[in-house]
Amino acid sequence: MKEYTYTEKKDTRSGFGAGLLELGRTNPNVVALCADLVGSLKMGDFIKENPDRFFQIGIAEANMMGIAAGLTIGGKIPFTGTFANFSTGRVYDQIRQSIAYSGKNVKICASHAGLTLGEDGATHQILEDIGLMKMLPHMTVINTCDYNQTKAATIAIADYEGPVYLRFGRPVIPVFTPADQEFVVGKAVMLNEGTDVSIFATGHLVWKAILAGKILEEKGISAEIINIHTIKPLDEEAILKSVAKTKCVVSCEEHNRLGGMGDSIAQLLIKNTPLPMEYVAVDDTFGESGTPDQLMEKYGLTENDIVAAAERAIARKQQ
Amino acid sequence: MNPHNKSIDELKQVAAQVRRDIVRMVHAVNSGHPGGSLGCTDYFVSLYFRAMNYSTDFDMNGVGEDLFFLSNGHISPVFYSTLARAGFFDVKELATFRKINSRVQGHPATEEGLPGIRVASGSLGQGLSVAIGAAQAKKLNNDDSLVYVLMGDGELEEGQIWEATMYAAGKKVDNLIATIDRNGQQIDGSTEEVMPLGDLRAKFEAFGWHVLEADGNNFETLLPALDEAKGATGKGKPVMILMDTQMGYGVDFMMGSHKWHGVAPNDEQLKVALQQLSVNIAADY
Repeated sequence: MKEYTYTEKKDTRSGFGAGLLELGRTNPNVVALCADLVGSLKMGDFIKENPDRFFQIGIAEANMMGIAAGLTIGGKIPFTGTFANFSTGRVYDQIRQSIAYSGKNVKICASHAGLTLGEDGATHQILEDIGLMKMLPHMTVINTCDYNQTKAATIAIADYEGPVYLRFGRPVIPVFTPADQEFVVGKAVMLNEGTDVSIFATGHLVWKAILAGKILEEKGISAEIINIHTIKPLDEEAILKSVAKTKCVVSCEEHNRLGGMGDSIAQLLIKNTPLPMEYVAVDDTFGESGTPDQLMEKYGLTENDIVAAAERAIARKQQ
Repeated sequence: MNPHNKSIDELKQVAAQVRRDIVRMVHAVNSGHPGGSLGCTDYFVSLYFRAMNYSTDFDMNGVGEDLFFLSNGHISPVFYSTLARAGFFDVKELATFRKINSRVQGHPATEEGLPGIRVASGSLGQGLSVAIGAAQAKKLNNDDSLVYVLMGDGELEEGQIWEATMYAAGKKVDNLIATIDRNGQQIDGSTEEVMPLGDLRAKFEAFGWHVLEADGNNFETLLPALDEAKGATGKGKPVMILMDTQMGYGVDFMMGSHKWHGVAPNDEQLKVALQQLSVNIAADY
């Protein structure tokens, strides 16, 4: 198992803020919009340097999506910022008609996704957003795994024409990917080559997949671990190449089992090479209040859950 | 510069031609929305043949051009006919309205690349927000041209309109001329029956807009109103035209009722309508 170390923990939303700040300095067409959550989205540094390119919309997310669509007409590249729940479910039809169907170059940047929002509870812990966004034609869906990757992705999507949903979160987690990484939309990242099981993980579950890989190694199991930061378009080539070797799959995501990254991978397998597959995901339920760690444990999203899923997948392969 | 800059007499002739297109388009596919289209014909013709500065060589970003957005997308027939007659695409293409493999979709769309359309609309309440965004992009680009948007009066029941109304005034989006097609009708009946809209002038003024009113079926008053609206831009307030129209205007049996909101005329009704819309300029498509 390849060794992954980290010297600090940071929140992925701060990676977004840092990426946006850099874009403010390098790309004059980048503009930012926020629905009364500047602090939560870490947009303050961008605003300080670019007050004329920032639009405070107030608590009116539908209006924000429409204004963002309009700003593209004239060549701007709008980045909208609010919580994942208010970035997707609340404004689905506005995104569908004014952004996706209209092919507008809007970057929908969503923080506080998933259970790790924590104590605020289920009203704010959206677990359906990946599904909602990936079902929209033209929409690209990205879920980054740490601070550095979120910063790199934020910068990369400014040059990626078309609507993008960029999902990140609130908790501080290990920063283990390189600061100088090149982020390529739609290109999965190989974290550990293995032979017994393919573990595909996205977002906060990527680090947990690495922890799971170490435990599996101690048990004599060789896990291939791949970071699927882009859920749509899915890196089909990387996935199929991996499963051709391992012949079984675990998908890991902080999202409802229904409609998330796992389902995208399952569709790919059904079409090409049906194989045993296990989901590590929230099992079609809402979240609740609690600390992020408590919630991840209660809803089955820890490294131990990934280990158990890998063992089940391997056992099914051998039947 | 408006590429046509027509006189009132010429505008009337173009409007009659556009109305002929509208009833023929919806008749041909036995679907679509003639009522609001006929009511707003004079407004569209005024914008595209007189008031707006634009190029028919369509560019999505439209820098240096006045832009128009249709929020109540179901009156697409009048939008398509006006764009075609103004020179954005061949009028023959109007014959493909609502048919398979067409750029002339049931509701306006960019997906098929029809020139003149800058955003999809149809799901109501979204156009004002989009127009505000486009207007703010113009400010960032130091582009002093204007942004126009048309909404239905029934559409004001959508909450997003009021988010956008508050924003436009609060953020001084003063390069924007919004118009409400106040025909008093919606699908289920009159606006008074379905959802009383109250005093719209007072409402928009309370939000901080510059409000003026116009008869939308009379060029002699509509053109000065559009001039007045332009004169009111650049003064710190968004501009709203409350435009009174008659649904179905120009075809007597379609006027004054919500019943022709989304119903096409039959063969006999089409004949009667076309007799009332006789015109001696450009040929039918």
